[in-house]
Amino acid sequence: MDQILFNLQLLLEYPIVNLKIIIDGVMIGALFALSAYGLALVWGVMNVKNLAQGDFVIAGGYVSWTLAQWGINPLFGVPAAFALMWVLGWVIYKLLITRVIERDLFTSLLATFGLAIMMAQIMNLMFGSDTQSVNLELPTLYFADGLIDIPMAKLIGVCMAAALATAVILFMKKSRMGQAIRATAQDARAARVLGIDTEKVYAFTFSLNAAICGAAGAIIVMVWVIQPFYGITYSVRAFVIVTAAGLGNLPGVIAAGLGIGAAEQYGSHIFGIGYQQAIAVLLLLLVLAYRLSQQKRNRQVLK
Amino acid sequence: MNKALLYIAIIAFTIVAPFLFPAYNTQLATLWLMIIVALSWDMTGGQMGYNSLGNIFFYGTGMYVAAVVTIGLVYNVGEYTAASGGGIYEWTPTQYYTGLALSLIAAGLFCSLCAIIIGYLTFGLRGPYFAIGTLGVAIAAGELVSNWDWVGGGQGISMPSPPGDFENFKFLIYFLYAATGVALFMFCKWLYSTRFGAAINAIRDDEEKAEAMGIHTLRYKLVAWAMSAFFVGVAGAISAFQLIHFEPLETAYQTINLGIFMVVCVLLGGKGTLWGPVIGAIMFHVFKELTWNYFLGWQWVALGALIVVVVVYFQDGLMGWLATKKPEWFGETIEEKPVEAAQ
Repeated sequence: MDQILFNLQLLLEYPIVNLKIIIDGVMIGALFALSAYGLALVWGVMNVKNLAQGDFVIAGGYVSWTLAQWGINPLFGVPAAFALMWVLGWVIYKLLITRVIERDLFTSLLATFGLAIMMAQIMNLMFGSDTQSVNLELPTLYFADGLIDIPMAKLIGVCMAAALATAVILFMKKSRMGQAIRATAQDARAARVLGIDTEKVYAFTFSLNAAICGAAGAIIVMVWVIQPFYGITYSVRAFVIVTAAGLGNLPGVIAAGLGIGAAEQYGSHIFGIGYQQAIAVLLLLLVLAYRLSQQKRNRQVLK
Repeated sequence: MNKALLYIAIIAFTIVAPFLFPAYNTQLATLWLMIIVALSWDMTGGQMGYNSLGNIFFYGTGMYVAAVVTIGLVYNVGEYTAASGGGIYEWTPTQYYTGLALSLIAAGLFCSLCAIIIGYLTFGLRGPYFAIGTLGVAIAAGELVSNWDWVGGGQGISMPSPPGDFENFKFLIYFLYAATGVALFMFCKWLYSTRFGAAINAIRDDEEKAEAMGIHTLRYKLVAWAMSAFFVGVAGAISAFQLIHFEPLETAYQTINLGIFMVVCVLLGGKGTLWGPVIGAIMFHVFKELTWNYFLGWQWVALGALIVVVVVYFQDGLMGWLATKKPEWFGETIEEKPVEAAQ
């Protein structure tokens, strides 16, 4: 308790620390927002709740890490992870997801949970259970008498995340396939009547999701660490963000992602690093409770 | 008559089994644990249509309640965990068995209370939101307990070691599990034949209509989950005595082990049937032990694959499959089509 009060006092006495926490949080949140956007896409278009989301992120990270072991610059790992995870996403779609689209929602939740266990374990067998990261060997920038430190790697990572997000948004808005995806999300049956091959759209959407997650993972491995069993934390955060922002609400997803990143940094600063995971999960429960109270006014339920 | 014989045979086997196969005593005890958690998951998941992924919360909470009650009866819990085995803490057999009896009851009741509180907050969530919400509760509880030094934090907590011969203690644990399992089975059999059973089935089939028929759905849901939580809590308390030392994330709130196993057991056997969870638990336990023995290292992959295959291809489970193949076994008669008329 004293420790918590002391930490709070520290925040009040040195306002610049707040800035550092917010910058850190926004950097992490940008990557959360990326994987959450993929989840919102899959959830909105084909009504599949993908609990293996975080494991796609980690798998993308391992792609980049493996390339770095072969001496390839990790910056090239991002497109490589994007491409490889695209293929993996397509294979998983054909093997598994296509069979759960029409089924009830618990089916997709549980099936992807099984997938998550499998992926985490296969990665554990392939890469071992140590935490891994890739060092870019770039300088760190210091501001405000060294109180704020921003490693160049993080900056590059956030810029890449922003570029990827912009590219995906433009793609969804402008391209023919993006239009087809949005049409399918609105009404799959009507889209089929109008000659859209929804099966192809589903496969494309899921592959795109896996690819976005993979790229996010390749960025994460440059700035933080990955470990085969870290997937679930990214899945939980993606669910928090999508539940908070709602489907098909892209600005909302980005805002919620950045907000959660900042909230988590604040939480772990005030309560101690051990509570970081608990805070993410408690945020999910809070969001659910809030959405529920919203619905209760009209005697509705969240389903 | 036949059914009575079947039940007598099963009860007799239950009593004799640990003496026949003393080497498999722990395995059989774990099997009963799986049966208990599967049956109690099915109470809400199969019969009421509320698929909780967080029932493991009650298992972990039951363990911790058992530890706190047993230790707290004799010593100060905070000092005990702070010493982490350093001090001299002795239990007389009387103290130990009083603690055991009290903690089983306390764990069950406390978990029921938790179920009512959590259920009150989460039962407005339906379908996948309920599953994610309860999973969130279980994960959060594990993380919070692992930061709570009073109960030992991430290091976990040690129960007193059992007085007397350890082999005899194994039998005691087995029979505690078996008695809980049999009691739960009888309870479910009775419950599903009552008005209450019909009401929770109605909630599963169509909650809005059930409410329109005058069923106070929230009350029924809370009571059903509280009953299910009671038995999971008791099972958790027995596990605490069996394992002696346990820690929060991997043992007590083991979200991806037992927490998901219980759902798979039920799906494997057949959701919403009385025998389904029991048969599913036996099938799953055998599969798990076989993969653990012969595919060591790949056991989790095999298990994940089993989950995927069961969920995608075999969701009705064994009982559901039998019900479509052999409806006459379930008391349903099908009128034979007169062959001549068709021609």
